[in-house]
Amino acid sequence: MDSKKKNNKAWFLVLPVVFVVAFTAIIPLMAVANYSLQDIQGASNRLFVGLDFFKRVATDPNIQDAFVRNLNLSIQILFIQIPLGIFLARLMPRSGWKASAALVVMAIPLIIPWNVVGTTWRIFTRGDIGLGGVLVNQFFDYNLSEDTTDAWVTILVMDTWHWTPLVTLLVYAGLRSIPQAYYQAAAIDGASPMAVFRFVELPKLKRVLMIALLLRFMDSFMMYTEPFVVTGGGPGSSTQTLSILLTTIAIGQFDLGVAGAFSLMYFLFIQIFSFIFFTVLTLDERPGATKVTPKDKKAAKQEKQPNKVSSKLKKVQK
Amino acid sequence: MAEIRLEGVAHSYDGGKTYALNPITMTWKDGKAYALLGPSGCGKTTLLNIISGLLKPSEGKVFIDGKDVTDVITDDRNIAQVFQFPVLYDTMSVRKNLEFPLKNRKVPRAKIAERVNEIAALLGIEADLDRRPSKLRSDLQQIVSLGRGLVREDVSAILFDEPLTVIDQNFKWTLRNRLKRLHLATGVTVVYVTHDQTEALTFADEVLVMNEGSLVQAGTSESLFLEPKHEFVGYFIGSPGMNFLDVEANSSVLTHNGKPIGKAAKAGLNGRHRFGVRPEFLIPSNKSGLEFKVDRIEDRGVFKLIHLSKDDFQFIAKTEEDYEAKVGGKVNFSFDPKRAFVYDINQRAVSTVSPSGQGGN
Ligand SMILES: Nc1ncnc2c1ncn2[C@@H]1O[C@H](COP(=O)(O)OP(=O)(O)OP(=O)(O)O)[C@@H](O)[C@H]1O
Ligand SMILES: [Mg+2]
Repeated sequence: MDSKKKNNKAWFLVLPVVFVVAFTAIIPLMAVANYSLQDIQGASNRLFVGLDFFKRVATDPNIQDAFVRNLNLSIQILFIQIPLGIFLARLMPRSGWKASAALVVMAIPLIIPWNVVGTTWRIFTRGDIGLGGVLVNQFFDYNLSEDTTDAWVTILVMDTWHWTPLVTLLVYAGLRSIPQAYYQAAAIDGASPMAVFRFVELPKLKRVLMIALLLRFMDSFMMYTEPFVVTGGGPGSSTQTLSILLTTIAIGQFDLGVAGAFSLMYFLFIQIFSFIFFTVLTLDERPGATKVTPKDKKAAKQEKQPNKVSSKLKKVQK
Repeated sequence: MAEIRLEGVAHSYDGGKTYALNPITMTWKDGKAYALLGPSGCGKTTLLNIISGLLKPSEGKVFIDGKDVTDVITDDRNIAQVFQFPVLYDTMSVRKNLEFPLKNRKVPRAKIAERVNEIAALLGIEADLDRRPSKLRSDLQQIVSLGRGLVREDVSAILFDEPLTVIDQNFKWTLRNRLKRLHLATGVTVVYVTHDQTEALTFADEVLVMNEGSLVQAGTSESLFLEPKHEFVGYFIGSPGMNFLDVEANSSVLTHNGKPIGKAAKAGLNGRHRFGVRPEFLIPSNKSGLEFKVDRIEDRGVFKLIHLSKDDFQFIAKTEEDYEAKVGGKVNFSFDPKRAFVYDINQRAVSTVSPSGQGGN
């Protein structure tokens, strides 16, 4: 079909990027790999230990607990924020100054620095002077530095406040791009609001939701600053995320070998999880065995979008 | 089945600055097939959306069977509409797409299956029923979209918005005939939007010609051809369109650059007007009528198109195939006094015109 000979020289244009990425990502990562495979005590004192550190990470009960805890947190976050984000996006005005106002209000939590969010919530939830803490204390006993449930719920609520807007904005953009004709057809066909959501909006939001899901999963699985500021990972280790634990191991205990192995496994897990996730969700969009018609070509063009996204995701993962 | 009445219905998309649809008052009679014909952007889709309730008119009222439905939502108006471009539910198979309007209206299962099979057979898409619409060619997608409009049995009216634009010529013809048969069999009111005049003229009992947001003339295809009440109808219907000429009226005597063209039947016409005559009604004559130079002759087999010029204007005449003339030579053409018109500055026909006296100029 394509009779023109392919000119592969364009690859050279990618070289500068490869070079930059080498310095910003690959070399630092190699340093981590270096530490994970050798026990380095000093500049001239090192011992190759193979996968020992990896085995220790995999069998460490603290790390295992933190892994399960963090996975649990991420899943709860997804279950709350994705539906809530969709719900809010559907409530937002479609046009006019109201739409602009709603967008600005929605975006506010997203532009606040993480540790400011943490500090704000730390003060907000204090039982003695915090607005939220005092208020909640009117109804039941609330103390996030002693009660593990209180601490856990606080982290969930804070993250929901901070990041649901991201889901909302993505979904809002997705909703806006649905041609009016689909809503008109649904009205003619007598579709209920639920059916409109199920058969018109949800299918068209699929890509956007996949991005939201991936971003929210990765972000929450790497969550560090806000819980660190608000609860410090406690009480006990009840809100200790993987990142908090990793920092404790690397900086607190200066156990660089374990920390290196931990980092690599952490990184790989997120990478692989996201890849599987992406692959499964886009399974039915892959060009199948069907004959290519003009229409299919159009669809193929649309498929390029997720690729763009996946490269963006890789950047985010760093 | 129902009669739809529009009273002073107008619509502006920008809060009154410009009108996509100027006030229209008319009745769509029960069981008739109407064609809405007009160029792109003249407000055809806007008018359909107002009838189906997708759009609330900024002015005027809509009545269905005498009941004011201006504020009634689409779902309660019981009108089917097929859109200009295929609109399909991607996650549903073709069959599910066709079932959807019936399921939403709680039609019994057995009835749904029967109806879907009927429509699929009518449209020739039985083989594609279990495929995903996104895997179909775009013309088939439009046919499925059409099917969803046809599948409901008890509708007051079906509105087709250029349903066959993307479908290839041969099949278009077949489909149009099937739609026409379906209309005759069910007696449902049909409004069929198109900008293809043959399609409009062959499908409908009555053709409504729209231009720039206004309904310019309604009538049978014959009357639109024989008596264009508006310059636009003369220009848009017929191929080639009407010949026009700026004229000055003086007590109903029409002149162009001081030379007589004809005399309006209506008395007392004065001022700027336009004279119009279709190519079909310019008749070769011996000495009478106007003298033209023959610029070019197009032989179209069953007829000939004679390109004529005179002073500063050109006309086209459509003649029998046996008409002979020399290119560059002089010929005389007169016109049929019942089929030539004079239009006022609002482009409305005000009178017929008869040729000036024998041997004039
Ligand atoms: N949603 C809208 N918002 C603003 N202007 C609109 C909208 N829809 C249509 N218009 C304008 O209203 C006018 C009439 O549009 P409409 O779609 O009714 O034309 P149409 O006759 O259906 O044209 P076509 O043959 O191209 O489908 C056009 O000038 C168009 O630009
Ligand atoms: Mg249109």
